[in-house]
Amino acid sequence: MNHDPREATSEPRSTRLGDIAHARSGDKGNRANVGVVARDDAGYAWLARHLTADAVADFFRPLGIGAVRRYELPNIRAFNFVIEDALAGGASRSLRLDSQGKALGVALLELRLPGAAPAGGTS
Amino acid sequence: MPGLRIGNGAGFWGDNLDAPYLLARDGRLDVLTLEYLAELTLAILSHLRAKDPRAGYVTDFPDLVARLAPHLDEQTALKIVTNAGGLNPAACAGACGGILTGAGHAERPVGVVTGDDVLDRVAEWTAQGVELSHMDSGEPIGRVADRLVSANVYLGARPIADALDQGARIVLTGRVADASLTVGPACAHFGWAWDDWARLAGASAAGHIIECGAQATGGLWHQWDEIPNLAGIGYPIAELAEDGSCVITKADGTGGRVSAGTVAEQVVYEIDDPARYRTPDVDVDFTTLSLDEVGPDRVAVRGASGRPPSDRLKLAAVYRDGWTASGLLAVVGRDAEAKARAAGAIVLERVRRAGYTLADTLIECLGAGHVVPNVTRPAGPLLEVVLRVTVRDPDRAAVARFCRELAPLVTSGPPGIAGYATGRPTARPAFGYWPALVPRDLVDSHVDVRPAHDWARSLGR
Repeated sequence: MNHDPREATSEPRSTRLGDIAHARSGDKGNRANVGVVARDDAGYAWLARHLTADAVADFFRPLGIGAVRRYELPNIRAFNFVIEDALAGGASRSLRLDSQGKALGVALLELRLPGAAPAGGTS
Repeated sequence: MPGLRIGNGAGFWGDNLDAPYLLARDGRLDVLTLEYLAELTLAILSHLRAKDPRAGYVTDFPDLVARLAPHLDEQTALKIVTNAGGLNPAACAGACGGILTGAGHAERPVGVVTGDDVLDRVAEWTAQGVELSHMDSGEPIGRVADRLVSANVYLGARPIADALDQGARIVLTGRVADASLTVGPACAHFGWAWDDWARLAGASAAGHIIECGAQATGGLWHQWDEIPNLAGIGYPIAELAEDGSCVITKADGTGGRVSAGTVAEQVVYEIDDPARYRTPDVDVDFTTLSLDEVGPDRVAVRGASGRPPSDRLKLAAVYRDGWTASGLLAVVGRDAEAKARAAGAIVLERVRRAGYTLADTLIECLGAGHVVPNVTRPAGPLLEVVLRVTVRDPDRAAVARFCRELAPLVTSGPPGIAGYATGRPTARPAFGYWPALVPRDLVDSHVDVRPAHDWARSLGR
């Protein structure tokens, strides 16, 4: 198993998150959150098993993040990932161009998860 | 009882200037809300008020009132609720009162909500043992107390509802919870009890969904090229029902799209635990709600549940934290990324040789995967990147010296550097954010409803 997106792009049986879900991200202090919404029920069920807090933490590890918490909203096929210390100090202190974590959501859509999602979306 | 149509025409200060005007003109609204205050906006307003005691509010708002004034006679039901008051709601009311009076609406009641600004009380509270420790780090506020520029408690919906009950047609607040801008008019209209947690939760969910404006109506949507007329995107409208449910929609004929997907993304936008979305009015549970597409650009939101809120209110304080500056240059040609990194290092080394040590520095190569650093990375060598160098330091002179060191790179650095013509960066004040909790019973809100001409006179206008 390999969560590194740069190396995993050559992995034939993997699923790009952006092919089965969409996402939006933002900030609260030095915390970022990424909301991920599955496009259908089968995708949600598959992501519930595969898009773990650990998978998201591994993806964003190079940012120097802290713990990742996952919350589930099955009624609207959504997950909320709360990422501690994601913003190098937060909107006020971070020197980064994206001090508010607005780009984290679209970045996460490039995550490749091992295995094939149920309804297409594989490569 | 008929429902209540609430449209939100601004998601931050700097949002589209025409959106709230068009929304009020075409949206058949009962209530127009405008949410202007991001975490650091009040720090900027404090900077403005320090220079002019009649400043410190969101100046876009009186301009909007001037545009809407000719429509107020035909739109007899329209009410406007906004946190445009910032740090100086009375001055904002004075400016709006002058405009309304000049436009023939001198008697129109304008309400002002105050009590959120507690900067003067922080010292007294800490002396009494109220800790105001940082919500994340736990540090005592004493560490930054001498550098505070603003300290505001998030007020809830009650003073807004009180102002509307007293006849206000425009309600100006400072810091209030974003969702409370919607909950206040809903409670005033439906007469809900303040412990009717399910209904308060429903209205809070509606307010949360519309608070960021066009993000609910097709803005940021992943299939952005399939959204019709993004240039003319309609801002969101919540049609609230008496049971606390709502339909999220937008004005007929506008661009954008409202779907279960666009609304779902907004439900989980900038939240923590979705089962406990905390507001001063109610703790909302989003995990029980459902989204159903009930027509073109119409999504029904039902089933939010709620629990009593905390007995503590959130305080957002902002303190001075030195100076910052940031400069951009384009770097072109072979080895663009390596040249950009080297050029950034040269700038910082020259500042050091000039005798300054910078507390914090960052070199970014935009285009080379640095926006989400080390996570997203383009394949292959790059022939063009944008170098961004950013610094922060307590000493303004050190930051000012940095500002002068970018341009010399054009002649004395690696080849292929362009973009100097955009000018030298300037040193700006940097701010730190201090979230804390305050016992609810220490905070008093005040409501003052007066005719427009009275506010105008009180400001000498």
